[in-house]
Amino acid sequence: MTVESEYSPDSDRIMSVSLGPQHPGAGHFRIRLWLDGDYVVRADPDPGYVHRGEEKMGEYRNYIQNVPHLERPVILDSSNILFPYAIGVDELMNNKIPPRGQYMRVIMSEINRIISDMYFLAIQGYFMGHTTMITWCMGDRDFWIDLGERIGGARVTFAYIIPGGVRNDIPEFAIDKGLKTCDWFDKRMDEYEKIFFNNPMVHQRSDKVGVLSREDALAFGATGTVARASGLTFDVRKDEPYSAYPDFEFKTPVLTAGDSWSRAYVALLDMREAVKIIRQALKKLPPGSVRLKLGPQPRVPAGEVYARTEAARGEMSYQIISDGSPRPYRLKIGTPDFKNLRILPHLLRGVHVADIPVIYWGLNYWPVSADR
Amino acid sequence: MSKANVPAAPPPLAPKAAPPAPPAPAAPPAPPPPSKPEPIRAKSFAAQITARFPDVKVEWMKESRLKVSTTPIRIKELSLFARDTMGFDHISTVSGVDWIAKNELEVDYFVGSSVAGQEDFIVDVSERVPRENPVVPTLIDVWKGAEYHERETHEMFGINFQGHPDQRHILLPEDWNDMPPLRKDYVSPGR
Amino acid sequence: MVVAQQEKTGAFQVLVGKVDDVLQYAIGDPMRYLANWGRLYSLWPVHLETACCSVEVGAAAGSRFDIERFGTLEAFGSLRACDLIIVMGTVTRKLAPRLKLIYDQMAEPKWVIAMGACSITGGLYFDSYNVLRGIDDIIPVDVYVPGCPPRAEALIQGIVLLQEKIRKMPTLSGR
Repeated sequence: MTVESEYSPDSDRIMSVSLGPQHPGAGHFRIRLWLDGDYVVRADPDPGYVHRGEEKMGEYRNYIQNVPHLERPVILDSSNILFPYAIGVDELMNNKIPPRGQYMRVIMSEINRIISDMYFLAIQGYFMGHTTMITWCMGDRDFWIDLGERIGGARVTFAYIIPGGVRNDIPEFAIDKGLKTCDWFDKRMDEYEKIFFNNPMVHQRSDKVGVLSREDALAFGATGTVARASGLTFDVRKDEPYSAYPDFEFKTPVLTAGDSWSRAYVALLDMREAVKIIRQALKKLPPGSVRLKLGPQPRVPAGEVYARTEAARGEMSYQIISDGSPRPYRLKIGTPDFKNLRILPHLLRGVHVADIPVIYWGLNYWPVSADR
Repeated sequence: MSKANVPAAPPPLAPKAAPPAPPAPAAPPAPPPPSKPEPIRAKSFAAQITARFPDVKVEWMKESRLKVSTTPIRIKELSLFARDTMGFDHISTVSGVDWIAKNELEVDYFVGSSVAGQEDFIVDVSERVPRENPVVPTLIDVWKGAEYHERETHEMFGINFQGHPDQRHILLPEDWNDMPPLRKDYVSPGR
Repeated sequence: MVVAQQEKTGAFQVLVGKVDDVLQYAIGDPMRYLANWGRLYSLWPVHLETACCSVEVGAAAGSRFDIERFGTLEAFGSLRACDLIIVMGTVTRKLAPRLKLIYDQMAEPKWVIAMGACSITGGLYFDSYNVLRGIDDIIPVDVYVPGCPPRAEALIQGIVLLQEKIRKMPTLSGR
């Protein structure tokens, strides 16, 4: 990087500071910053504080035992991290999932997208000092968690999407509750636009802050809301339709400004589309069973598969290599946060210190997921 | 979008015609019930690659996946060709595999595309190196986003990416002094 | 001679003992009660997000479960002013020295809540190469809240248990 030649690290103009892991603005993550007064000269992310060795543990457990621990990295979005795993294992085993199971997978995936995006918007508001946003979003998020709990059984770790379908059927009262939640939430999102996205203070703090151009986003491999805010139309649900998505009508929102405001606004637009999908799916749920009986230790034929889906944060991908035994030979998890991490040092050069939390959280970066 | 055209176009490749009498280009995996359409695009990409690089081996192909493997010496040329000519410019992830039975380590670069018509396609550009001295060139100049993925593959498998500016530990603790953990001969302490 | 000494100190001792009892009853006990009352209703947690249980702490601090009505403030303070660490989830080898450093930097009295199965025994990640099997090897824990992740209500029960423990603290200085 060229700044290394402008100042030497021993120069007394440059102060080196550690943001995190114990810092209200950091989370489970550390950014080493080199500051020249109020400007960031260089930033170096330091992940790994929550690296729990998921890929190695995956090799010690069979395909069904892998479900609980694979769910924990992106606990905000737990169904979406299991979705490509289930698709990959189903492809290796040549499983044909019944249509009601496919619809339930889509419904749970979209509910989790909303839960995750609400957390994202809540903390984005918190980092800008907009405490109404965090209080409203955290409170409203609980209604979606309630709906997930009625379907999946637990509060955030549903363990719902598994190889072979989904774990259990949706109870009757949850369909009504889901439709009511969708209607209520549509009006709520209009209120978020009024207090947060049209708020001049928020505009001042996030417009033109952390601009990522389209070429850079493509070269760095950006995915998810980060890519779609910079003009790239990547959405695995449209590019490579999987599961029951071809049955639903929805758009992929794309903005072109590439700044922090756009990245947050794309999340809101994503939530609007998710509500549309949930409503369509709940209204025309096909009858039938939701899962294939696979047994506790399914034998998966040898083969290699690369499966990917669209999680709330971006493209979640798995490389599963099987050698015919009940345990995977190689389980590579590609989380969207790790794919987006390379953009952080690029965006943090030359910004004010006060912009750091807005940019860092605006990348929708969840450190637990990047570390696996 | 382009996939809507695929099953309708050529009659000899209609999936219902199980015993193909016409000179179909040897559809080996197709005859039994799973009516998977022929991987036409994968075949054309594979043909494009092997026309330009005859020594590249095509490992397997599916509807929207293609795996090619080459040696570390040729991988940079192949990657530049994939990016500039074939339009695979969006790196998805980089992975490593430890084939301990064959005494080899494999590095896979999964690359997607932003070109319309092939957005669903992922090409796996892979290379194999011996386990004792795994040295491969870095592909950061081809796909900038591979930097942290290569760092992770380095610390998990011990593969040395030559030309990488910064091969520090990214996920493991700084004072990790054991062997690379994702190798097959490393046994987790709890097991 | 020894007997006479004892008798003299015996009476003096008894007198001093009685004065001490009276002082304890009149001043010491109420002061201790007041100090403990102040401490237990103004717990200030450190903002150290350890792993995935932090989403349940976030939900607990949100508007539905609201731990602030129990006095637990929002976690944005400096380490020297905080008195509670909620270790939310798995502690890895990379974080463990930092956790000990943070705990040492806090001023007495300080308390630790081990939240989630991972911080109690290693939990789901018991066989991972990078995970500490329980944090009570490195810092002393006051309340264990099991669950994976524990519901927000379970965390609130843990905080209330800690408050009971603080209320019964026998000395003014803390432990």
